[in-house]
Amino acid sequence: MQILTSSVGRKILMAITGQLMVLFVVVHLLGNSSIYIGADGINAYAKHLHDLGPLVWVFRLAMLSLLSVHVLFGIQLTLENSAASPQAYAVKNYRKATFASDNMIWTGLLILVFLVYHLMQFTARVTPDIVQGVDTAGRYDVFTMVLTSFQKGGIAFIYVAAMVVLFLHLSHGIQSFFQTVGWNNDKTLPVITKLAKVVAVVFLVGYSSIPVFILTGILSK
Amino acid sequence: MSDHKTMTLTLIVWRQKNANDSGKFETYTAKDITEHHSFLEMLDVVNEDLINAGKEPIVFDHDCREGICGMCSQVVNGMPHGGQERTTLCQLHMRKFKDGDTIYIEPWRARAFPIVKDLVVDRSALDTIIQAGGYTSCHTGGVPDANTIMIPKPIAEEATDAAECIGCGACVAGCPNSAAMLFTGAKVSQLALLPQGRPEAAQRVTNMLQAMKDCGFGNCTNHYECQAACPKGIDVKFIARMNREYLKALFA
Repeated sequence: MQILTSSVGRKILMAITGQLMVLFVVVHLLGNSSIYIGADGINAYAKHLHDLGPLVWVFRLAMLSLLSVHVLFGIQLTLENSAASPQAYAVKNYRKATFASDNMIWTGLLILVFLVYHLMQFTARVTPDIVQGVDTAGRYDVFTMVLTSFQKGGIAFIYVAAMVVLFLHLSHGIQSFFQTVGWNNDKTLPVITKLAKVVAVVFLVGYSSIPVFILTGILSK
Repeated sequence: MSDHKTMTLTLIVWRQKNANDSGKFETYTAKDITEHHSFLEMLDVVNEDLINAGKEPIVFDHDCREGICGMCSQVVNGMPHGGQERTTLCQLHMRKFKDGDTIYIEPWRARAFPIVKDLVVDRSALDTIIQAGGYTSCHTGGVPDANTIMIPKPIAEEATDAAECIGCGACVAGCPNSAAMLFTGAKVSQLALLPQGRPEAAQRVTNMLQAMKDCGFGNCTNHYECQAACPKGIDVKFIARMNREYLKALFA
């Protein structure tokens, strides 16, 4: 399997797994926005998902595989890259590299830590003070769970901070995908880079709006 | 010369006896520098002073001093070739600096480019990449008739753009990962674009990338610093083209 050891091969695998996870981020945002319809919206959405039964687990395992490939190659390539430049410059003046492009490993690892926390909180529901119950229609009450969590400033802050980190990661990552798989040229790359940043901003604003609106009381029962 | 104002500069230069020496920075004063001196001529002036004072001159690579040979290789103030767009260090003139400036001068730093002495590094790793596939296997002999192989103008132009690479290694020096992707991408692309290069295209991209890895270069993470560093303005689209060639080779 030459693709698993080659420089460009692993880069392409990272790009594809990353981009598939971006698609998940899109779908997740659409799902989350059902909270703006109220308890009926998000509770019904959550019930539909859970009614898929074994398919939920197929999907979870697929996501876990994508994540594993992305994280493991990310760490491996980063270690190789630092080994390739053993001596740092006393003065380094970047002209194209950005804070986001230079810190992909750190934003990536922070997102991983957040992901574990997020799954413990809203999927496994094992974090302290999590409010669990059923709504009047007998469905699991996701709305109240999310609302009571984000009414706590600390939790709301963690989520918004995590979305800023995700924004940084994707503002480099999305355009990077197109370069890596070669779906660009000198004319399209600047356009792709701008559009990718717009998409990253949409994620930042879209996801952060929920904790912010709940914390400020704009979104309530 | 007398009608020009001269400037005095402080140089902080990397000095290293050989590959095994740990190396350190030394500070020098460059006096009587005019705006018409090229950067390398400025170093010549400093070296003359050092020789006259019985000290070891600063060793640096240079050859044509016309911006085409790819020998000069210094990172000046954190930028390969000094950071002027599409300019090799020999074509950078001291008018870009002002009297009293402090200038940091370092060699290309990458595991694949061991330091020979001071600012001179061994760039034979780039030759190793070329030997892995940067050629076409064709019969030599009489000059073929013109236009026996028709190549559309835009394709020929693009191949020539890629072929502008002078192999100086600034892309590696500028890359935070010390990757040689722009170099390899340019070499793969210039041949892949032309009909003569197609028969060996798949084998070429695979072998050259393997050689890049074996030589100890890093991996590309799309910072695009290489394009900014390249004195010939080679575009990162050639890295994208190499990635496409790699994918084609994978499924060939």
